[in-house]
Amino acid sequence: MELHILLIFMIVSALVAIEVKDLLSSVIAVGATGFALCLAFLVLKAPDLAITQLVVEILCLIILIRATIRKDIPLAIEGRWIFNTVATVAFIVVFLFFAQLALKELPAFGYPIMAVVKRYLQEGLAQTGAVNLVSAVILDFRAFDTLGEATVLFTAVIGIMAVLRRPGRKKER
Amino acid sequence: MKKALLDNPRCGMSVIVKTITRLTVGLILLYGIYIVLHGHLSPGGGFAGGVIIALSFVHLMLAFGKDFAITKFSPNLASYLESVGALMFLAIALVGFSGGAFFRNILSKGTPFSLFSAGTIPLSNIAISLKVGVGLFAIFLALVILEKSKEEE
Repeated sequence: MELHILLIFMIVSALVAIEVKDLLSSVIAVGATGFALCLAFLVLKAPDLAITQLVVEILCLIILIRATIRKDIPLAIEGRWIFNTVATVAFIVVFLFFAQLALKELPAFGYPIMAVVKRYLQEGLAQTGAVNLVSAVILDFRAFDTLGEATVLFTAVIGIMAVLRRPGRKKER
Repeated sequence: MKKALLDNPRCGMSVIVKTITRLTVGLILLYGIYIVLHGHLSPGGGFAGGVIIALSFVHLMLAFGKDFAITKFSPNLASYLESVGALMFLAIALVGFSGGAFFRNILSKGTPFSLFSAGTIPLSNIAISLKVGVGLFAIFLALVILEKSKEEE
């Protein structure tokens, strides 16, 4: 029940973020979506994800607000709204049709089909010694994934530093 | 020089924000370190704790202005610490070869629910927290420095 309220709230705030004219209001609506997602993780009993989502959301909000607060940029909305609306509705219909076919095949909520999950739950404490099984999975069983993720972040920081570096000495004219 | 930057009314926010920041910024930093060190016992871990540590420095920078924050945490130190975090994580992975495989947990497991347990997992948490926290703070620092250099032009 709480989950459905949160999902409806997330959809509404995402729509507000698209439709509102002011860029700063749009950023704040995106932040509301993120915090509702954090609460949804808590309702689904995933505190690790909830903490991570909360802190990353706060950092993203600070950076986005700092980037948009001074500039009064209006959102550009094209004409042709009839064509855009028809195209969007057609896409949604096609997407929902195939999603309904695909979602029937999924296992029920909370019943994983992979046998390896049971093995992690039963032998995780004995094999790694970590009480927090999420930590045991991401840093022991699936540490390769974490290494890849760390590499992605490292590359992102290097790219941002390269793009945003101080401009070099200008050539004399 | 630091004292002058600290009390300068022209950089940073108002006196109220500065006073509250003085009280809270240490607690936020301490909470981030707690989340990192207890990553194998309670929810959290290296990523979330690292972002909280980065947020404490972002908090300092927003309240006191960029010049004061740069005296506490210079861009050179940030790039140095981020490389140390990445290399430390890779070193933990490579040390696993002495037990036979990449990322093998070679240290002793210890008793469950104690702080020094779970082999290499707390060390990996510390490495990832250094990498993530300093990396995100470096992104913020780069954005602020860009703004500064644009204003100078």
